[in-house]
Amino acid sequence: MQLKCTINGTHYEENIAPDTMLLDFLRTKGFFSVKQGCDTANCGLCTVWLDGRPVLSCSVLAARSQGAALTTIEGVEKKAAAFGEFMAAQGADQCGFCSPGLVMNILAMEKELKNPTPDQIRHYLAGNLCRCSGYAGQMRAIEAYLKSKTPAGKGGKNEIR
Amino acid sequence: MFDLKEFCKVQSLGQADNLLHQDKKNVILGGLLWMRMGNRQYHTGIDLSGLGLDRIEDKGDRIDIGAMACLRQLETSSLLKNNFGPVIRDAVSPIVGVQFRNLATVGGTVFSRFSFSDLITALLVLDTQVRLHRGGRVPLADFLESSPGRDILVSLSIPKQEIKTSYQSFRKTATDFPVLAAALSRDDSGWKIAMGARPSRAKPAPETAKLLPVNPNADQIDAACAAIVRELGFGSDQRGGKTYREHLAKILVKRGIQDICS
Repeated sequence: MQLKCTINGTHYEENIAPDTMLLDFLRTKGFFSVKQGCDTANCGLCTVWLDGRPVLSCSVLAARSQGAALTTIEGVEKKAAAFGEFMAAQGADQCGFCSPGLVMNILAMEKELKNPTPDQIRHYLAGNLCRCSGYAGQMRAIEAYLKSKTPAGKGGKNEIR
Repeated sequence: MFDLKEFCKVQSLGQADNLLHQDKKNVILGGLLWMRMGNRQYHTGIDLSGLGLDRIEDKGDRIDIGAMACLRQLETSSLLKNNFGPVIRDAVSPIVGVQFRNLATVGGTVFSRFSFSDLITALLVLDTQVRLHRGGRVPLADFLESSPGRDILVSLSIPKQEIKTSYQSFRKTATDFPVLAAALSRDDSGWKIAMGARPSRAKPAPETAKLLPVNPNADQIDAACAAIVRELGFGSDQRGGKTYREHLAKILVKRGIQDICS
């Protein structure tokens, strides 16, 4: 079947098998940031945005993205890099395999929640698993990043605490 | 991995119905989260996502929830929260993660009659009706008892009511399936109680509910907690034993009653 969609703003037209999963489709198009972790819809590593909403690309039929706007971390490179500095400052990245999915969900959370509490952050990100860290460094990085976006925190440094 | 030969985004429920009955290997696609983990071979996957069934609508005396509404919509809906309290939100919010709940559909969850379903447990205390394309409107409790047929779940209908609700569940980890779940509601006429993940399918407990006056005292709450174990059967699976679940049932029901009465 013929699939027409945009990925990070670029139009794609491809002939795909009806049971092609979005994760596999994106990787065949060279978006290798999209990782397959658990393959049971639990780990969040394959998170991409489908029309702006974070979804598990391992569980979406590529056919269902007909006419949709898909976004991977390559499409939000500047924002991802800005957040990455906070992760690095906190030593929160270890193997980094889960980071693209986590960053996509953090940026989605930033759009959806205003001034989230630590509990709201944990709840929103509960579907992103990391097997290296204990999430503490990531939480510090996320809180510092969100704080830097507030008027009071504008221009703040992402120092190691 | 499941196998799908064709994919069809239908233009009408009639087209979906025709396709569904054309071939036993044709299947209605919900959120796909469970289906994709199986290894069944299907012919045509019937996609309802073009039919506008993803809405939660105020119909005056009731709220209708389309079959393709996702669990995240239920979680964040002020319409549902304002009319039915926290029971639906609290039932769906622990399910895996936001990305998962953006995909899992109401229709896929309810039609599949999953025994672990948090959502079904919550809906049982709200007088929910299921609207089927062929079968028409059916009370959810009756739908759950019926054998799975080849029909299409179109929407859910929940009558508006002056009601207080509570959802209580116990999980081994935050986003896991529940070991046991309880939903409770109370209006002027009395209580409704349902328990899910027993580990068999969620079931209402009308006899236990009858024991509770609108404002029960401590003895009446204890009597209801003892009664729930007698009324509903509990069993064992990898998440918990029968005795453990019977103990949990009393605790969850007590917490739910106290939550509503507080």
